[in-house]
Amino acid sequence: MNYLDLFRATLPETALEIAALLVLAVDLGLLRRAATEVRRTVAVLLGVLGCGAALWTMATPAQGALKFGGDVLLAVGGSTTVAQVGILALTELTLFLLIDADFTEHVGEYVAVVLMAAAGGLLISAAQDLLVIFIGLELLSLGLYILTAFAKKSARSAEAAMKYYLFGGMSAAFLLFGFSYLYGLSGSTSLPKVVLGTYFASAHGGLPLLVVALVMVAAGLGFKVAAAPFHLWAPDTYEGAPAPAAAFIASVSKVASFALLITISTVALHFMESFHVTGGYVTAKMYPVGTPQPHVTLGIPGLWLTILIVLAALSMVIGNLAALAQVSVRRLLAYSAVAHAGYILLGLAYFSRSPRSAQAILYYVLSYGLTTIGAFGAVAAVERATSSDRLDAFLGLHKRNGVLAAVLLVLFLSLAGIPPLVGFWAKFNLFAVVLSMGNASGLALGLVALAVAMSAVSLYYYLQVLKRAYVMPGVEETRIAVPTMTMAVLVVIALAVLLLGIFPGAMQGWIAGFYPGM
Amino acid sequence: MLAWTIYLSFAGALAQALLPKGRNELSRWLALAVAVAGLVLAVMGFAAGAANHYALTTVIDVPWVPSMGIHYILAADGISLVLVLLTGLAAVAGVLFSWNIEHRTNEFFAFYLALIGGVYGVFLSFDVFLLFVFYEIAIVPKYFLIAIWGSTRREYGAMKLALYSFGGSAMVLVGLLAAYAASGSRSTGLVALAHAGLPVSFQMGCFPLVFVGFAILAGMWPFHTWAPTGHVAAPTAASMLLAGVVMKLGAYGCLRVAMTVFPHGMDPWGFSVLGLGSWREVFALLAVIGIVYGALVALVQSDFKFVIGYSSVSHMGFVLLGLMTLNQIGMTGAVLQMFSHGILAGLLFAIVGRIVYDRTHTRQLAELEGMHLSRRLPFAAWSFVIAGMAAMGLPGFSGFVAEFQVLVGAWQAKPWWTLAAGVGIVVGVAYTWRAMQKAFFSDHTPAPHVHDHEHELATITWPEKTGVCLLIGASLWVGLYPRILLQAIEPAVKALLAGGLR
Repeated sequence: MNYLDLFRATLPETALEIAALLVLAVDLGLLRRAATEVRRTVAVLLGVLGCGAALWTMATPAQGALKFGGDVLLAVGGSTTVAQVGILALTELTLFLLIDADFTEHVGEYVAVVLMAAAGGLLISAAQDLLVIFIGLELLSLGLYILTAFAKKSARSAEAAMKYYLFGGMSAAFLLFGFSYLYGLSGSTSLPKVVLGTYFASAHGGLPLLVVALVMVAAGLGFKVAAAPFHLWAPDTYEGAPAPAAAFIASVSKVASFALLITISTVALHFMESFHVTGGYVTAKMYPVGTPQPHVTLGIPGLWLTILIVLAALSMVIGNLAALAQVSVRRLLAYSAVAHAGYILLGLAYFSRSPRSAQAILYYVLSYGLTTIGAFGAVAAVERATSSDRLDAFLGLHKRNGVLAAVLLVLFLSLAGIPPLVGFWAKFNLFAVVLSMGNASGLALGLVALAVAMSAVSLYYYLQVLKRAYVMPGVEETRIAVPTMTMAVLVVIALAVLLLGIFPGAMQGWIAGFYPGM
Repeated sequence: MLAWTIYLSFAGALAQALLPKGRNELSRWLALAVAVAGLVLAVMGFAAGAANHYALTTVIDVPWVPSMGIHYILAADGISLVLVLLTGLAAVAGVLFSWNIEHRTNEFFAFYLALIGGVYGVFLSFDVFLLFVFYEIAIVPKYFLIAIWGSTRREYGAMKLALYSFGGSAMVLVGLLAAYAASGSRSTGLVALAHAGLPVSFQMGCFPLVFVGFAILAGMWPFHTWAPTGHVAAPTAASMLLAGVVMKLGAYGCLRVAMTVFPHGMDPWGFSVLGLGSWREVFALLAVIGIVYGALVALVQSDFKFVIGYSSVSHMGFVLLGLMTLNQIGMTGAVLQMFSHGILAGLLFAIVGRIVYDRTHTRQLAELEGMHLSRRLPFAAWSFVIAGMAAMGLPGFSGFVAEFQVLVGAWQAKPWWTLAAGVGIVVGVAYTWRAMQKAFFSDHTPAPHVHDHEHELATITWPEKTGVCLLIGASLWVGLYPRILLQAIEPAVKALLAGGLR
């Protein structure tokens, strides 16, 4: 590796950083005295252009992974590229939501932080090394804390950011602690070597240490994806953060974190392929037929499966049941995010060696990110008019703004998993892959049954919102005006959710196109 | 051509949603036009099927999600054709009886036509996941139709119905996903899954899951409680559709998916619990309980609409019992009963919910007693007499042919099923008679203040007359000349029985 390779491999990240600096320079320099609207528009446009430039740099064929001393630092192609394209596209959408937002005057800084956080997201989607993972995560997380606190006039925003920061700092500590154990067990920070090293270490009595390490790592990463029981920050943050920031946290950060989990699961299953690197070999001891085989779990895969199953089941149950009791729509979305994380973790638990699992998870998390950006946009539009995100703020919405109500209908039904919307196909695809796994057992079927039953529960709370929008009489009849740009973004998202649902093969084919030999 | 019933309905729904507010008259005529066009297509499809001897005909088959082996397959055999015809009739009648909807008219018809489109889709799908997609599409409009335009405890009824439906479809989805995975994840085609050779023990596990999932929507006891509350809460057209076609979706799913994909699920277990030796006997018992229980509960209702609501549970019991006979005549009867009940329940709900309720503003039998409706609304009274007779199963109407066949089939399978179901028929005569007597022909002397309003009842409008004539005509026609449907149903049932069920 030399610096030119590094530069080449991180072109998209570099493009984002340059755009971030450019936004700051233009906003604080040239447009210092310009009207806020102008500054906002210019900043957003520059940010979108930056994302576009990053996408453009990715359009050139990949030149292979970035390696250091034979170890992969940043991967390219496959799940990584899909996740990165998704992150950039979703970042653009969340930036568009900013154009009409009025929670801050520091638009330049806001856009710059968004772009830097997105660069962190790109890094962790590609990272194959514990240190790179940690740096990428911190780059993303620090950006998110700042974004949460961006509504300076709102006390709730500050409170949410503080809570998020404290939880986040603690979980980062856990993660680093777990990473240090992994390094101690394996003597390497490169993921394939870590997996391989822990395999041998656990065979030689290092199993308790490995359990501690993995639980710590799960706590750190579970926090990022808001999996129960590490979800406590989510409701407060979703409620307090400015809407575009909340949409960013709920979508882009989710995509990046799940891309990281996909990397870990993939490496854990494919670690045998790195044998030739280290020259190691495995001796298998045959037990005579009839003698009970000792139940020894070696290496990461078995333990990781157990941890993921526990997280998935807890998230599905806690997320969906807690959402039933919410009166704030943002908190409702937060708990539903916990539930959705649970479904995805189920897909990660029963992960297949073929790319099918990774594709199904990416399909899910990308479509979920898209839908949830729209949902936050719609909630924010209502919030601006009624200055509340309570369920009752949605009363009579269909009369106050028919298009907005229709958008809300499409997005929430998609989140509930009603066909022919994209949310249904995401769930269906994921569960079908889980069940078709070789090691799918009665437990897998039971978990899928739990997941489907829980998504039946989820219909109830999504309908609670839609019921107020469409069924119950409104207290006010005044029209809710939605700025043109926001409305356009929302309508585009709703149409995309509908069309991707009617033609589910389109996005599947697009994702599969990034995998060699598919 | 049949596929256009689906597209046309969804296009109609979209057009209604985009229609500017306040154009109620246009909205109504548009809905009627779409519904009539659907009916015409259904009739033409039926006629085309006749020319083809009702063999299984594929309408369209294109890959939909190639990587998962999901195809967009629309096909029709005799059973589908009969039910598509029923949907067409019910849709037209429903629009006619919704002529007086003034509140958010275009939205009403948008949801209404979306529901109809979903129903057409279910009856024509020959890919289990396509069928499931249409099945779910039909749930959401139901919720809004009831919650927005309904009456008595509408939000409760609508939510209960939506959750029951969604719970049922969750069970179906789990069963289908398991079957898809167990068959090697290659295809979701109905025919492919039915011939996948799934292990018998697996079928035994999945059959009850999927069957109950669908049967919830068919009103199977003890999962029927959504039906009466839903029917009562729903606006007239929605309760006509609920009882008329949506409950048939459940029964159709039982037949087309549960019984076809998991035929061995109905095999004997090899042991018996409380005298029951297979899922088939369990569900037959539940069906019989539904028949008798529904009829008995209908006998003591004070709300006119609840009488009809519980009678639907009872009549749908015949459908499920007929399916569980697993013989030619019983299953033919079950399909015919779906058609017959679809027509008659629609008619009864139309009379009670629209013609009577919208004029008297009460459905309480005790209040209707004093209104001398036979004199003041002779059209309603005589329509109800005819509809009631048909629903009781009087010869000459569709109900008779259908229930008679189910009973014969049940006798061939297990004689005591017939005996128990026979009790249901007798009670059926009683509750219909009681409701008719109390609502229309009571000589109860009214309180004087009620007397003052006697002449204010609006006259019967033309849409009402047309709708009633359409439905009575259909029932009479099938009752007097059942061959017209039987010749379509019988070969399809025979093919099903020969192809896997047994």
